[in-house]
Amino acid sequence: MNNDIFQGYKGDALKVLQKYKVRVWGTATIDTTRGVFEGTVLPRAENDDDQHIVIKISTGYNIGIDVTTINTMKETGYKKANYKIPEKEFPITPGLPKVKLFGTGGTIASRLDYRTGAVIPAFSPGELYGAVPELADICNLETEKVFAVFSENMGGKQYVSLAKAIGKEIEKGVDGIVIGHGTDTLHHTGAALTFMCQNLPVPVVLVGSQRSSDRPSSDAALNLMHAMKAAGHSDIAEVMVCMFGPTSDEYGLLHKGTRVRKMHSSYRSTFRTIGDTPLAMISRKEIIPIKKNYNHRRNDKKVKILPYFSDEVTMLYYSPGMKPDVLDAMVDAGYKGIIFVGTGLGHVNKELYPAIERAHAKGVHMFMTLQTIWGYVQMFVYDTGRDMMAKGIIPTGNMLPEVAWVKLSWILGQTNDPEEVKKMMLTPVNDEITLREPYNGYLVYQGGVPEVEAFIKKVHK
Amino acid sequence: MQFDSKRNYEDSKNKSGYLPREKATREVYDKVGFMSGLEVHQQLLTEEKLFCHCPSGIYNKDDDFDAELIRHMRPTLSELGEYDGTALMEFKTRKEIIYRINNENACTYEIDDTPPFPINREALGIALEISLLSKLNIVGEVHITRKQYLDGSIPAGFQRTAILGVEGELQLPHKKIRLIQLSIEEDACREISDIGHQRVYKTDRLGMPLIETVTYPDCATPDEVKEACDYIRFLNRSTGKVRTGIGAARQDVNVSCKGGTRVEIKGVAHTKWIPELTHNEMFRQWALLQIKKQLSKKIKDTASWKVNTVEVVSGTLQKKDLLPKSNKIVAINLPGFKGILSHFTQPGKMFANELSDRLKVIACLEKPNMIHSEEFDPMVDEATWDKIKIQLKAGNDDAQLIIWGNKADIPTAIETVEERCKMAFDGVPPETRKSLEDGTTIFERVLPGADRMYPDTDSAPIPLKNEYIEELSKNLPSDIVERYKQLKKWHVSEDTYTYIFSKNLFPLMERIINELNVSPRFLGNFLGHRLKFALGHYQPSGEFKFTMLYPLFKFLKDSGLREELAFRMIPELVQHPKMEFESILNAIKFKRYTMDEITDKIPTLIDKFAEGKWMISETDLINFVMGQLRNMALGNVDMKELSDAITGPRFFDE
Repeated sequence: MNNDIFQGYKGDALKVLQKYKVRVWGTATIDTTRGVFEGTVLPRAENDDDQHIVIKISTGYNIGIDVTTINTMKETGYKKANYKIPEKEFPITPGLPKVKLFGTGGTIASRLDYRTGAVIPAFSPGELYGAVPELADICNLETEKVFAVFSENMGGKQYVSLAKAIGKEIEKGVDGIVIGHGTDTLHHTGAALTFMCQNLPVPVVLVGSQRSSDRPSSDAALNLMHAMKAAGHSDIAEVMVCMFGPTSDEYGLLHKGTRVRKMHSSYRSTFRTIGDTPLAMISRKEIIPIKKNYNHRRNDKKVKILPYFSDEVTMLYYSPGMKPDVLDAMVDAGYKGIIFVGTGLGHVNKELYPAIERAHAKGVHMFMTLQTIWGYVQMFVYDTGRDMMAKGIIPTGNMLPEVAWVKLSWILGQTNDPEEVKKMMLTPVNDEITLREPYNGYLVYQGGVPEVEAFIKKVHK
Repeated sequence: MQFDSKRNYEDSKNKSGYLPREKATREVYDKVGFMSGLEVHQQLLTEEKLFCHCPSGIYNKDDDFDAELIRHMRPTLSELGEYDGTALMEFKTRKEIIYRINNENACTYEIDDTPPFPINREALGIALEISLLSKLNIVGEVHITRKQYLDGSIPAGFQRTAILGVEGELQLPHKKIRLIQLSIEEDACREISDIGHQRVYKTDRLGMPLIETVTYPDCATPDEVKEACDYIRFLNRSTGKVRTGIGAARQDVNVSCKGGTRVEIKGVAHTKWIPELTHNEMFRQWALLQIKKQLSKKIKDTASWKVNTVEVVSGTLQKKDLLPKSNKIVAINLPGFKGILSHFTQPGKMFANELSDRLKVIACLEKPNMIHSEEFDPMVDEATWDKIKIQLKAGNDDAQLIIWGNKADIPTAIETVEERCKMAFDGVPPETRKSLEDGTTIFERVLPGADRMYPDTDSAPIPLKNEYIEELSKNLPSDIVERYKQLKKWHVSEDTYTYIFSKNLFPLMERIINELNVSPRFLGNFLGHRLKFALGHYQPSGEFKFTMLYPLFKFLKDSGLREELAFRMIPELVQHPKMEFESILNAIKFKRYTMDEITDKIPTLIDKFAEGKWMISETDLINFVMGQLRNMALGNVDMKELSDAITGPRFFDE
């Protein structure tokens, strides 16, 4: 009997299964010091201990049996479960826009992975139609799995291949592009694609879900419908993130790829536009623009694909009392670009100065962003700021730290010339630095304040 | 000839063999094949909820909330395997669910915006104690599972639940009931309203720790079901670690008859309702089997059986006020269903009710949502029905409905009617039904399949080590059935048992009897009658606790007073639990007397009673004198001795 028969079991639990010749998916009667148990032996998650065997009992529940309590066990049958997402051919409706969905992983559609016990992504037009039949009323859908990685494993390589795929698809004449994506780094990808795919003629919409589609309350289906609607029907030809507006199943928001950030680890309404307002509100019925100025949809195919990315850029999140060795280590490791995330208006302590000077002398490109997330870097207000600028750190306005990291990586993939790098960094491609911050660009409601409580009670969360 | 629906109803009731419960004997239940099992839910008494740190047991009023949010539930992928047009239609008529959140008792976990925190260990411990008491085989590792609910009662769309033990048993005085399993789970939302396409819930109860004890269908009569249910509740309460009061314990009852199907009666709040509900459900199933038999005679090709419909133009019906203007009205012909619509199903209910109930739940048509051709009091006259029948091309053996509702809901409504009628060919559809106080039930939803379980990928398994289980086993209360036997041995009167068990007074009784030597039979009566009366008829202070009874009896014993005095003291004690016992004695104007001081009064009283009388009845005399001396004597002397003293040699033999 090979190990596949004992999927996920190791150590003591594996020995017991081998001893009594009971396989995973085998139905078994297990006699223990705690009584007799009956059920189907399930695979075990890799990281769980080797002291228990998992069985599904007849009522559908799973339980674990402690191997040290087992007197004897016997396989009485075998019944392998087949967890397959149902597929149905996606219908083509004349007159509906053609939308391409790129799969990258993430939880838009997913199924259980017994190896890790977590959910793994699954994806095909048929599967999606099986799960969200309403999509057929919105667009004609084609899908392509560009790669399958979890959001946290996305990086430069993936941005480049996505940008190229977008270019090809626009060349073929698509009406809009949706990218299914895990949510953790959705905003990094939003920024990367904004820089890599310029002068877009059609919308490119990034979408994910905060709750996997294996739960009835998942936001996946509604997010997907909103994204398809935005890609196929909206006039906004930009890279956008489309996710829940409130946590209610009500409407979504379209955020600019360069100004959006994931702001809560688990809320459905986690994505927020920072320092500005979102581009538009979107429901299944309509798209209501919030911003007046945006890049309009065009009929040409004149997109500029700039698929460059350097992996020699990193970030330094400053903490009080930080010692110079941290920065020295980054420079010694060969990083060519460093995004500082400083306190207040963009500060680090004096102790770092020698290291900053050293880095500058070695030609490392250094830019300043903010831990405050909101607001502009302003390094003239205090001496510290002026000192740092003198030592080679360049302020980046109200560019978000993650966006600055993405942009510098993209730039260093093209040039190493300090002046050119600085010019490109500070010349916005699409509002990664804005000239003005509107009064409603910074809103963090303070719970507990009576006026806010009254407002919160009135609107759907 | 006019169809006599009343007569048809009565005939079908007799043919179905329906008997009221008081006339149904064990033989009747055996013949019809009554089978019933229980799912008993019990809230655990913990500080916090099961998977988050919100306080447990803090309830709020319907309109007392800080925020509202909306969810729609979708069937998940696995359930969509059978996706077809009907499923799409159900999407279109689906419910919008609104949750009202009060910051005091709910956080972002309840609304599924924050992943679960580790399970509440206090709750797990209590649930395991109850599992051990229920003689269940305790699992080696607890696996949290998601049990899907699409009705919206849980914002996540699933309930987190886990099995703690399987295959146990419950010993009743005269019978053993086998247990399938015991699970620990989160309690659900409380419904505020459900009208049309909108259902509103509040989230105060959501997430409170709950256990569910599931029995095999071992109960053979309605009374046995109640007995088993009471015992499970008593067992839960014997730990002293479960919640009591309205809604703290609720049960679902599964019932079937021979040839029938398991039907789950949900949310039975009182065990006293169980016998009537299960009795009626058995006969409802029996009646549906009669309907099946009748239909099989009339309709041969059931597979191709269909309804046909026509839209009814407003103005056709005289009772226009019944149907608001915006509604669409449709007449439906049910081929071969004459005599079925008015067929008996439950007391006061007929087959047509099964259709109307489903129209409300599945198609969201608020009641009244239909009229039909076999009403007892027709809303529509015969001439109109005739017109409609012609339009429907209806045959003589057909029945007709008129339904109304929003245009968008009508296609689902027609399908719902057709679907339910087709189910009649097979007998009893598996359903969950809601219990009503009159002992009947109405359709609540389709019985979910076994496939609604899904491992909770957000939680790690929890091992239960032998040492932990052994530690828990050390402090378990004694078995309910042992306590029952002990009460019998003590000659405690049986009509007090329910009160004693339901308030978990046995451990206290045991202590008072053993340590203070109070007579068990007296104490049983004191608790089961006098205390119950005092708590029900006076206004008890919230601070009164049963544990205060021990000091009460100890005080009486230490003061050399008799235990009967507790009868007079208890009304004061429940109202003023902080009052000193001596002060209570003052309040009830109790004074200490010796036997001699009391008996000294007897001659005067006898004279008073005898005054002007020719003949004296001894019983009347004793009653009179005892009545006069009662307040003086109670607590000071033995009443029997006093009574003997009245009739004693001193007065009659001299």
